[in-house]
Amino acid sequence: MSRVYPDEVAGPYDAPPRSFTDREDRKTEIRRYDGEFEALAAMYDDFDPEDRAQGIPPADEERIREWLETITADGGINVLAWHGERVVGHATLVPDTDDGPTAYELAIFVLHDYQQAGIGGELIRGLLGAGRAAGVEHVWLTVERWNQPAVSLYETVGFEPSDTGSFELEMSARLR
Amino acid sequence: MDVLLGIGGSDDSLWALECAVERAQVAGDSLSVAVLDNPDSDRSREAVAERARTALADAGLGGDVRTLDGHPGSALVDLAEAEGFDRIVLGGGETSPLGKVQLGSIAEFVLLNATVSVTLIR
Repeated sequence: MSRVYPDEVAGPYDAPPRSFTDREDRKTEIRRYDGEFEALAAMYDDFDPEDRAQGIPPADEERIREWLETITADGGINVLAWHGERVVGHATLVPDTDDGPTAYELAIFVLHDYQQAGIGGELIRGLLGAGRAAGVEHVWLTVERWNQPAVSLYETVGFEPSDTGSFELEMSARLR
Repeated sequence: MDVLLGIGGSDDSLWALECAVERAQVAGDSLSVAVLDNPDSDRSREAVAERARTALADAGLGGDVRTLDGHPGSALVDLAEAEGFDRIVLGGGETSPLGKVQLGSIAEFVLLNATVSVTLIR
């Protein structure tokens, strides 16, 4: 399978760590994942089922853990948003070996109470910065067409539609 | 019940074949298989048809296996309606590297166009 990627490089964005105050005045930190598995799993235990997309995150605790073990394995790139001791957002790049050695699938999750506060934008820029620093060239994602806030965010950071012929919209970006 | 299974050779369609055969045995359904032209599949239609014939024969089911030409989704819907099948069964999509469910293009078309019930096998 070969996807279409934009000619233009997205960003470039700086790799984490970075701190900022969100629109609700919460001090938030963006950092690379460093083995904080339980804090990450706890975020998904609190995840609003309404915010699930295409079957992820999985619904029950055991399958959440299996899924997180897969995507935090070597080769993936994970960035977390912290509010104090609590993980409130997670963005991930997972290698897509079917689409060449430098292609990755992207997904981003933010807890319901922390949405629409600017955290998603900081997370995705941090993830793309971390990805670029790690040599990632191509990134793609799928998003439900009706999820206009997500589509706008992806467009703002440099994603372009790459497959418009399916239920889900596929978008791609070039990092290098 | 007369069930029509559509398979194009993708991994999820072969999984659907296995499940549909098992279900037909338990339920006493009559199962027919239509082999579709799935451009995303690496397997030849002859190989897929052979696999379906073997699966039906091994299970002691007498349903027929045929190969449909042309646009896979519409060919399957047309056949189901022309011959009065009660249900269409299809593979329920594959998962992305991240674990997202991705519906195939054939399933999308069939879901939106069929007037009979459709089952997607996960």
